[in-house]
Amino acid sequence: MATQTQVNLAGLTRNEYKGSASTLCQGCGHNSISNQIVAALYELNIVPENVVKFSGIGCSSKSPAYFLNRSFGFNGLHGRMSSLATGGMFGDVTLKAVGVSGDGDTASIGMGGFKHMVRRNVPIVYIVENNGVYGLTKGQFSATAEKGLELKHRGRNAFGPVDICMEALASNATFVARTFAGDPKQVKEILKAAFSHNGIAVIDIISPCVTFHNKEDSFHSYTWGKANESPLHDISYVAPRDEIFIEDYEEGTTQEVTLHDGATVVLKKLEKEYDPCNIYEAFRAIEEAEQNHWLLTGIFYIEPGVPTLFDSYNLVEKPLNRLTEAELRPSKESLDKLTKHFKL
Amino acid sequence: MSQKQPATKEIPQKAGKKIVNDFCMTFSTINGSGSATANSILLRSLFRMGIPVNGKNIFPSNIQGLPTWYSIRLSKKGYLARVEKDDIVVAMNPATIASEMQFMVTGAVLFYADDIKIEGVREDIITYPMPVRKLIKEADVPPNLRDYVANMVYVGIVAHMIGMDMDTVYKTLDYNFKGNKKAVDSNWKIIEAAAKWASENLVKSDPYNVEKMPELKDYIMVDGNTASALGSIYGGLQFTAWYPITPASSLAESAIEYLPQLRNDPETGKATYAVVQAEDELAAIGMAIGAGWAGLRSMTSTSGPGISLMSEYLGLAYFTEVPVVVWNVQRVGPSTGLPTRTAQGDLTQAAFLSHGDTQFVILLPGCASECFEFGWKAFDIAERLQTPVMILTDLDLGMNTHMVKTFKYPNKPMDRGKVLWEEDIQKLVDEGKIWGRYADVDGDGIPYRTLPGNRNTRAAYFARGTGHDEMTRYSEDPAVWEHGMDRLKKKISSHKELYPRPEIQKMDGAKFGIIAYGSTGTAIDEARDLLAARDIPTDYLRVRSIPFNDEVCDFLHAYDRTYVVEMNRDGQMRQLLAMDYSDCGSRMVSVAHTDGMPLSAEWIVNSILKLEEK
Repeated sequence: MATQTQVNLAGLTRNEYKGSASTLCQGCGHNSISNQIVAALYELNIVPENVVKFSGIGCSSKSPAYFLNRSFGFNGLHGRMSSLATGGMFGDVTLKAVGVSGDGDTASIGMGGFKHMVRRNVPIVYIVENNGVYGLTKGQFSATAEKGLELKHRGRNAFGPVDICMEALASNATFVARTFAGDPKQVKEILKAAFSHNGIAVIDIISPCVTFHNKEDSFHSYTWGKANESPLHDISYVAPRDEIFIEDYEEGTTQEVTLHDGATVVLKKLEKEYDPCNIYEAFRAIEEAEQNHWLLTGIFYIEPGVPTLFDSYNLVEKPLNRLTEAELRPSKESLDKLTKHFKL
Repeated sequence: MSQKQPATKEIPQKAGKKIVNDFCMTFSTINGSGSATANSILLRSLFRMGIPVNGKNIFPSNIQGLPTWYSIRLSKKGYLARVEKDDIVVAMNPATIASEMQFMVTGAVLFYADDIKIEGVREDIITYPMPVRKLIKEADVPPNLRDYVANMVYVGIVAHMIGMDMDTVYKTLDYNFKGNKKAVDSNWKIIEAAAKWASENLVKSDPYNVEKMPELKDYIMVDGNTASALGSIYGGLQFTAWYPITPASSLAESAIEYLPQLRNDPETGKATYAVVQAEDELAAIGMAIGAGWAGLRSMTSTSGPGISLMSEYLGLAYFTEVPVVVWNVQRVGPSTGLPTRTAQGDLTQAAFLSHGDTQFVILLPGCASECFEFGWKAFDIAERLQTPVMILTDLDLGMNTHMVKTFKYPNKPMDRGKVLWEEDIQKLVDEGKIWGRYADVDGDGIPYRTLPGNRNTRAAYFARGTGHDEMTRYSEDPAVWEHGMDRLKKKISSHKELYPRPEIQKMDGAKFGIIAYGSTGTAIDEARDLLAARDIPTDYLRVRSIPFNDEVCDFLHAYDRTYVVEMNRDGQMRQLLAMDYSDCGSRMVSVAHTDGMPLSAEWIVNSILKLEEK
């Protein structure tokens, strides 16, 4: 059966970006995010073989199996994606990395490693699929659950939430965004911008758990999110090769930020002015949203041009994992020289 | 010129009987006072004089102000283990002098800073006061450096009194300060003045002397941690992540020191390796495993507490089949324990690490040269078997400077194991075969792996710590699980040819066997000679790796009784042997002891003799 199949500039069909069938619950926000990852990478023309995936443990961390089957992936330990990815990426620093973690994985057991990965500016798209609940262990409160939240069999949550964007920003993250799985267009645009960023891109995605935490009035639910999401700006990702047409916009209503690979994010002003290159504004916006219980979405902060972890290593051009014995074993003469040194 | 003062008293039984190149000196100082330089100069000068020598640092877990000791044993016969009593004590610390006197042999010598008021000097020892303050004052040293050069006073006085070659001392000093003239001059001025003072003011009335011996041609002086780092570098170390911990820090720090000179591209100056100081041991092993998965020769180095934290991650590496090398420079546990003292207490920990059925290859180097050798070999084993390899040393081996055989350059090409690149996968596809990450196609339990960056569209796989089939798909199928676990067992247990074989030494008419491992080897060698001198010949097997080789089994079966000697409370090696060779359980006698100090030959001999009487 000959059907015309659409391909991207890399010559690949969208199907070639897919993963195995998801085993998550039907309607899970994570599935929607996996789809947007597929869409973003397809549209970015990034070849799957040039991507490496990492995750920790939890529902979110299963999801890398559900996209990019042709990419290497490592589903490691609970809360330890940060270290696994940091080491794993040294094998071939030309690869693009995407990590998928959850609110338990990042904001509880993996908080230390997360913040250190941010601090090192490891060039990875770090996605937190945040639903405020432990899904795989059946509905315990997570550290991002709002104070006062009541869950079946769990009672009332006594503690205030950890704000992943705030934690990232406080650790000097170079790209911080929040989005909502119920807003796939924004998820995709933010993902595309994140893949063009050379450094850590932390994306906190509110991703409802339809089974354990989808009450109409709760912050992490579809219903509440859809009714209350308030975007900072309208985001359009413009690939490096595309010309930007902004004549549609009134002057002063948009801001462009040029990313590492020459791509641009065009941010169209909505209700208020917002400058995502101003870290003070970012702190203020996140704090204000938290105080007022707003689901504020968008790119809080971008700082292009900060050296990444790998920039601080003067590594050979060839990927380290392709080096051979001749490049790795010092000569016999060098050992003789050392021997002399140890005789003195 | 003042009149020479004789030593406080003559000790008749020793007078006139010279003791040459066979005694132990302990230098008692306060830590943070710069005594390491002084001690190292004496140690290395003696080595340069051709005298077999060993130095052991007994130090506190503290930066400044607590007592620290350095013992130098000279032995013309080459016995380099710790001895329990001193022939010479050099006391610079008033706080500890009384206890040091308890551990001196009859006829021993006490050098002491003359501002120390000593009470109750033993009748049977010789004392020499040292005018440390006076000599420093006269030497015109800037006040801020006085404390640091004060120890050079004892270098000068002791070197003169035991008859060291002062030319050699100067050369060692010059080498130590890498030719920094100012440092060399200021220190030498003190050494020279102190030696001169001794020659004019002290009458030698003790028997201890050194004499030059033939050059120790095939030997070097090095600490185990440096040797371990270098062995790893010559094994092609590409990635190490580490977290500071005594006594392992200097292993990673040595790698940091030597990698740039050995492993930067000669043309571009760019690095073929990366070192990351991690935020904790969890991250250190995580990064190392990530890098191992990505195809780098990867390792971490730590001590017991770090291994405890790494336990979960090592189970992941075992199960997902990731090569990684883990050094455990053992200190005294449990808990924080004695961080600056030595032990062999983490052996069963290494054997049983992580939850579920696991098994780790364990290498047990016995000296610094073997640290070098196992350093490069461990990568070959880890990559061939796609599994973690643990190397256990200890504080004594790792941090002290040892006289050991020169490092041998690797005599085998690197074994990178079963790795498929783009064209290898293509070949399989062309042949109509399917590649599965965990498929045992060769029947040896070892599957083929691919590495991230392999652009063949069929190369990628999804590694996971959850149950998986040969194609890496998630699986809870009972048969798939059991099959996978059986293959892992087979993989480790059916490749014993890769693990270093035990070293066996025999004597005619041996009465029993001795088994030991690691840093206690020097004490065992000496103990066996002492036993032989009492007409008790012994055979000796030094375990160098676990899983045990068949030779270990044969050895155990060859004797009515075998003493298993080790530096822990519970006899951990004996426990492991008894598990594998339960039929020999009653023949194995544990000789185990741990108090933080390296074992002495004397303790081993006495312990075995006591057990023999039973």
